Amino acid sequence: MKVLVPLKRVADPDNANKVKVTADGKKVETTGLEWKPNPFDEYAVETALRLTEDGTKPKTRAGEVVVVTFGPKECEITLRAMLATGADRAIRVEAEDDQLDGWLVARALKKLVEQEKPDLVLLGKQAVDGDTNQVGQILAELLGWPMATSAAMIKEDGEALLVGREVDGGVINLKVRLPAVVTVDLRIVAPASVYSKLTKADFKYNEGVRFAPLPAIMQAKKKPMAVLKLADLATDTALRIQYPRFEPPKGRAAGKKVKDVAELVDKLKNEAKVL
Amino acid sequence: MIDLFKFEELLTDDEKMVRDSVRSFVQARVMPLIRDCWREGRFPKELIGEMAALGLLGSTIHGYGCAGLGQVAYGLAMQELEHADSGVRSFVSVQNGLVMHPIHAFGTDEQKNHWLPQLAQGKAIGCFGLTEADFGSNPGGMRTTARSDGTDYVLNGAKMWITNGTIADVAVVFAKCDDRIRGFLVEQGTPGFTTREIQGKLSLRASVTAELVLEDCRIPLRNALPGAVGLRSALECLNRARYSIAWGAIGAASACFEEALEYAKNRVQFARPIAGYQLVQEKLVEMWNEINKAQLMTLRLGQLLERGLEDPTPISVAKRNNVKMALQAARTAREILGANGVVDDYVSMRHACNLEAVYTYEGTHDIHTLIVGQALTGIAAFS
Ligand SMILES: Cc1cc2nc3c(=O)[nH]c(=O)nc-3n(C[C@H](O)[C@H](O)[C@H](O)COP(=O)(O)OP(=O)(O)OC[C@H]3O[C@@H](n4cnc5c(N)ncnc54)[C@H](O)[C@@H]3O)c2cc1C
Repeated sequence: MKVLVPLKRVADPDNANKVKVTADGKKVETTGLEWKPNPFDEYAVETALRLTEDGTKPKTRAGEVVVVTFGPKECEITLRAMLATGADRAIRVEAEDDQLDGWLVARALKKLVEQEKPDLVLLGKQAVDGDTNQVGQILAELLGWPMATSAAMIKEDGEALLVGREVDGGVINLKVRLPAVVTVDLRIVAPASVYSKLTKADFKYNEGVRFAPLPAIMQAKKKPMAVLKLADLATDTALRIQYPRFEPPKGRAAGKKVKDVAELVDKLKNEAKVL
Repeated sequence: MIDLFKFEELLTDDEKMVRDSVRSFVQARVMPLIRDCWREGRFPKELIGEMAALGLLGSTIHGYGCAGLGQVAYGLAMQELEHADSGVRSFVSVQNGLVMHPIHAFGTDEQKNHWLPQLAQGKAIGCFGLTEADFGSNPGGMRTTARSDGTDYVLNGAKMWITNGTIADVAVVFAKCDDRIRGFLVEQGTPGFTTREIQGKLSLRASVTAELVLEDCRIPLRNALPGAVGLRSALECLNRARYSIAWGAIGAASACFEEALEYAKNRVQFARPIAGYQLVQEKLVEMWNEINKAQLMTLRLGQLLERGLEDPTPISVAKRNNVKMALQAARTAREILGANGVVDDYVSMRHACNLEAVYTYEGTHDIHTLIVGQALTGIAAFS
């Protein structure tokens, strides 16, 4: 199976306090931020690796995993790290963060999918910076491919995938014929969440994503990294989503102390108006 | 930790990726079990396979299935390991600097081909026996002997304080042979070779420390390391390990600093966070300051090692400075945590206890002072 995994770097969510807005409120200040791959995208890469192996021989790939990102040159370290964990090939589409929105990325990806012809496009269910949760869905629509979002389980089944989506009170099981677009949720990296047709039924992974082995990091430079121009993939690069103004979240107001339950109930009813 | 000197810019992408990969491994695999291991006085043997798969063992060696890391990348990996615990880092330092390195640098092709792949895969564990009960800072005085009878070497003596001693498949043992110190490979199970774990340590509790006893222990002549002749060869290995300690200590200090900073920002006394008091800020600033200095110096040391360092004195400078710095940071962090600092739900006191041994092994702080002192004055104070 050939899998294309689009991924995005985001400001390190553990250092969220460093995210600042420029004085004019026009954009998020990106200098000095620490970057990390979007966690859901890391899960998507892990899923792609699990779908192209039997679990016991992490170095042999049954198929191909191609990772792609949109961004400036500094993003290449994110792609290299994925090559080190096992992806075969990387593509960077030259772009600045504020030249992109979900609609443009999805359209450019559609063009890339037509060139690369993967059997599956795997994405994180959303990026933890903008939380827009739309690229996978728009892409599936543009391609006219079947789609499953927020997958917590994937099992390869002939020319299709069985996908489990966790919802309140249970699991919805879908069967999507390939080629397809699937977005993944965090449970996808649990020990028994992903089975390729090669994985033995009783095989269990370690919880979470795999670590890039140090020898593979040293070898990752030898794996191919192509650089494309955004204009090669999309002619109309105007943004549909405009961000007129950014504001940092307000600091939390100080709490109030109450004497007793009666006063608490009164305040909840009459001040907070939540009862 | 706030990076005012833009240390990050001084690292290559490979170096950052190595650090980040080891960091993720440590968070996911080491942290969940290290407190209990320390409590139980148990080395987490179950991590050996995963550490090997990650490429931590023999990581600076090229070939034999090893990663071929540069010295800076290797140092950063050690920093991340010791961020969790000095004992786990000690395991790797010994396997790499004191076992795989001497086999690689001083061994025959046969020894290298036999041992290096298994040691890299964690299928074999090694230890390094130099110190004796009566010869610590002065290993040149050792009493262990090796005598050749034409077909075998016969070893007699005892080695003390040997990391990994009871779990090792092979021991690199130094002994006097015709008045010259030489290195030998002694395999677990060789008649006349026994090991005993040292109990009751209040430091490095998640690391194995043992005594090795050699009583008419016969090993074949081919088990001598041909290049390991003279105390210099042992010291050359120690310098490798000391370099990894210098980075490791930065990891331990950072863990304590991060814990103390977080705690001080949240702990309220006299109606404000204790981080708002001048005395506490002074402590935090001092810790942060020293960690940053150590990082910059040790990075430079790594770069020098990569291009080949003739004079090893800077390694002594870094081991001496960084371990003292880390021990001080750990004690200060413990102090900032108040009563909470004395329980093992917090890491600082565990690090402080560990660093007491790190301060002593691989050349005590004072011995490194004398090495640097000799370089400055031209006068050796210890001989
Ligand atoms: C947990 C642990 C693990 C270890 N692992 C290993 C290992 O794997 N392999 C190995 O070979 N060894 C190992 N060691 C031994 C370690 O290297 C020695 O403990 C160290 O070299 C110091 O020797 P000593 O303990 O005999 O102290 P001593 O040499 O007796 O020193 C005692 C004190 O006297 C001071 N002193 C000694 N000589 C002088 C002098 N000339 N001038 C001024 N002060 C001096 C020292 O600085 C120290 O403060 C380990 C030790 C520990 C605690």
